[in-house]
Amino acid sequence: MDYQQLAQDVVSAAMRAGADEAEVYLQTGDEFDVNVRLGEVETLTQAGAKGLGLRVFVDKRMAFASTTDFDGDVINDMVKTTVQLARSASRDRYNGLPDPGSGPGRPGPVPHLDLYDRTIADLTTAEKIEMARESEAAAFEFDRRITNSYGASFSNSSGMSIIANSNGILYTNSSTRCGIGCAPLAEEDGSKEVGSYGSVRRFLRQLESPESVGREAAGRAVRKLGARKVETQKVPVVFEWSVAPILWGAVFSALDGDNIHRGMSFLKKKLNKRVGSHLVTLIDDPLMPSGIGSMPFDGEGVLTRCKVVVDEGILKMHFYDARTARKYGAQPTGNARRGYSGIPSVGPTNFYLRQTDVSPEEIIRGISNGFYVTETMGHGVSVVTGDFSVGASGMWIKDGELAYPVHEVTIAGNMLDMMQNVEQVANDAKFMSLVVSPTFKITEMTVSGR
Amino acid sequence: MEQRAGKPDDTFAELGLAALLPKDAIEELLSAALSRGGDFAEVYIQRSKSTSIPLEERKIRSAEMRVGQGVGIRVLSGEKTGYAYSDRLDMGSLLESARTAAYIAAGPSVERPVNVTAQLAPDYYTVRVDPASYPVAEKISLVKRANKAAYAYDHRIKQVDVSFSDIEREIIVANSDGLWIGDLQTMVRIRVSCLAAQKGISRTGSYGGGGRIGMEWFDRVSPEDVAREAARVAVVQLDAVPAPAGCMPVVIKNAWGGVLLHEAVGHGLEADFIRKGMSIYTGRVGEKVAADVCTLVDDGTVPNARGTINIDDEGTPGQRNVLVENGVLKGYMTDRLNGKLLGLPLTGNGRRQSYHDYPIPRMTCFFMEAGDSDPEEIVKSVDRGVYAAYFSGGQVDITNGNFTFSITEGYLIENGKLTAPIRGATLVGNGPDILTKITMVGSDRALDPGIGDCGKAGQAVPTTVGMPTVKVSEMTVGGTATE
Repeated sequence: MDYQQLAQDVVSAAMRAGADEAEVYLQTGDEFDVNVRLGEVETLTQAGAKGLGLRVFVDKRMAFASTTDFDGDVINDMVKTTVQLARSASRDRYNGLPDPGSGPGRPGPVPHLDLYDRTIADLTTAEKIEMARESEAAAFEFDRRITNSYGASFSNSSGMSIIANSNGILYTNSSTRCGIGCAPLAEEDGSKEVGSYGSVRRFLRQLESPESVGREAAGRAVRKLGARKVETQKVPVVFEWSVAPILWGAVFSALDGDNIHRGMSFLKKKLNKRVGSHLVTLIDDPLMPSGIGSMPFDGEGVLTRCKVVVDEGILKMHFYDARTARKYGAQPTGNARRGYSGIPSVGPTNFYLRQTDVSPEEIIRGISNGFYVTETMGHGVSVVTGDFSVGASGMWIKDGELAYPVHEVTIAGNMLDMMQNVEQVANDAKFMSLVVSPTFKITEMTVSGR
Repeated sequence: MEQRAGKPDDTFAELGLAALLPKDAIEELLSAALSRGGDFAEVYIQRSKSTSIPLEERKIRSAEMRVGQGVGIRVLSGEKTGYAYSDRLDMGSLLESARTAAYIAAGPSVERPVNVTAQLAPDYYTVRVDPASYPVAEKISLVKRANKAAYAYDHRIKQVDVSFSDIEREIIVANSDGLWIGDLQTMVRIRVSCLAAQKGISRTGSYGGGGRIGMEWFDRVSPEDVAREAARVAVVQLDAVPAPAGCMPVVIKNAWGGVLLHEAVGHGLEADFIRKGMSIYTGRVGEKVAADVCTLVDDGTVPNARGTINIDDEGTPGQRNVLVENGVLKGYMTDRLNGKLLGLPLTGNGRRQSYHDYPIPRMTCFFMEAGDSDPEEIVKSVDRGVYAAYFSGGQVDITNGNFTFSITEGYLIENGKLTAPIRGATLVGNGPDILTKITMVGSDRALDPGIGDCGKAGQAVPTTVGMPTVKVSEMTVGGTATE
């Protein structure tokens, strides 16, 4: 089936049915996933899927529908129903596709971002199983205290997204992704701890080796053994790179222009003001070659660009989609993210804290009594108030060294204070998720324990 | 599928089931799935249709409709699972999926004919007013009523978001043991979030409700009731003080408080973690794992509750299972694979998010039974501590039992009385440890209002939690206020 043609046909059908503006977002994809446990294949999943989402505007009223069934009659019915449905929504003069003409919705050339690895398709199932096996085996070899395992996995997927709209936009983007993960269990003196680690990339050649993933996971399990609770106290807290994105993810949501202008953000009324220490430079870069969050165009068909969001502590911008940009007199920032089954909403692409040349070891060496956090738990982060309180585990820092494991405590503070108290930033960012951060140190937070 | 349940007539049952995929096609797929050996094969068909209506800033933001369908085919061979799915329902695509799943058994080609027989599911969720045929304009009117009531509650309410959604999910399960059964699962849900602001301070409150029920849910609870509760929480929070930090007694209010047990105990009783020896509750049936006052139940049969299931996603009827009785561990929650490997009976807990996923053991309605303490007496018994009323959800590490959950409405307890509201508090604890520290159990057992989902292994399923008011003698409260 010619999916580009289908997307355009559905847009045309919606216009004929009475829409003033119409947009189709179509996705197809294949996925493979194998999990090996104790050396044997435990689960193997292989499948393909597709879906189409239609957004229409009638008299500045919006409706949306999605389907996984591309049968002609099903789609015809859906188009008619959606146009009907739009009449029941509220009129909002800011509604509509990104402005065409000379606006952000004008068609343009789609940059090539190197997001598709053709070599993944050449891997046999046996080779994928072997990688998962090697990873788990490396975990068991790492330490005799590794006694059990949740398993190790290899997965890969490929996908294509097409956006077509009634302003003449027709863009296609294809991408791949592959990953190795491992979750061994360590045991000693009745203490049982799981450690997990994974590597995710767009290209096979960028993936960490199965052995290094296994060893890293095993190291994470073993170092948790014998964890204890500490006294309640205020100390310097270091967020390891693996948990550091928790802060910047909340900051991103707080910078959604809609939240800012509705008074639902702890970062409201801070544009061009200091919100962080001079070490806080935050960048959203959708054009990073082979980046996990990279995308040449966003979920509304706006071509994307790299933005410095916070520059050495000074807030430079908010994020907008087409509607919120019109409403608040701004430009869309190319951050509309979506799947076929949802309407676009503002989200991060490759959103990261800029790293420095300091190593995490140097940061730890400078702390006489503090907490090195390697895992956080729970949902105690409020974008509205800035309150931050989560369960945490990790290592206690004593005299510049990681002394012993700690668990069953919480760390709490206010996010604006935390940003302003970012005292050191390390050099160890790993670009494996949409929000990325190197390890960093906050001058002081409340650790609650015994 | 209209003739599904409650009509004891096999012909009707079969007519409904066959509407999506005829009997001979299902049997052919099951045979193909077993063509390389394999102990067990299963075909899972799902079709869903949903509506959602979000409101923001006094406007109906959009009217949304989603339809989806697909088939998942699973083959079990020893401890191995082969799984393939497709959103194409033509026989060619389905046979390809069946052969892909069959690959896991890796044996020589075999012929194994399969015969399935239609069976009827129980019926724990009668729907009187079908949301699918309920006018969109009426749904919009419910949303607007909620919006109006939230603003009317207090002049300090500055922002209101409302969303209504309904879903009709039709599932059919057939397997190589001859089972062929289906269920029609209808759910409605409304959520209201409010922002209250005063003197530069902004606070939020949210509330919602619903269940496996039709539009008649709104006869029990009005949109205004839901909105006023959300607004009340937001306004209360305006006076909130920073939560204390440290170890202290915690009184947990009934209903939503069940999140505590869902995280602290529930997940650890799921049979996949037990079989793999990953759960702290592995091999402990018959042992004392909690205080005498604790009886914990997972019940898939609570009428119209969000977590209830007529059948699970492997076709096993929903059941009431007592897991901990007076502090003693009685059993685990199973799916077919783990139940069989552990030699345990099926409990009706094999669930999945959609045809994209193979089933795993999951909770349905997990709650603690009532005790005999007066909830007011429980609060009175505490000199200095925290009262936790609402939560935003929790998380657990199955292997060591550590869990956390966040309070969205809570108060200080001082000299046996609730005093200032607190903000920014997370509770942490260790499951087995907390169970021995539950010292008082109230007589007021209740279930949550019906908006919860539980996530595990990337799959979200609707669940219900419940609890009476309880006192935990000591727990770590993660605020910022140190003494």
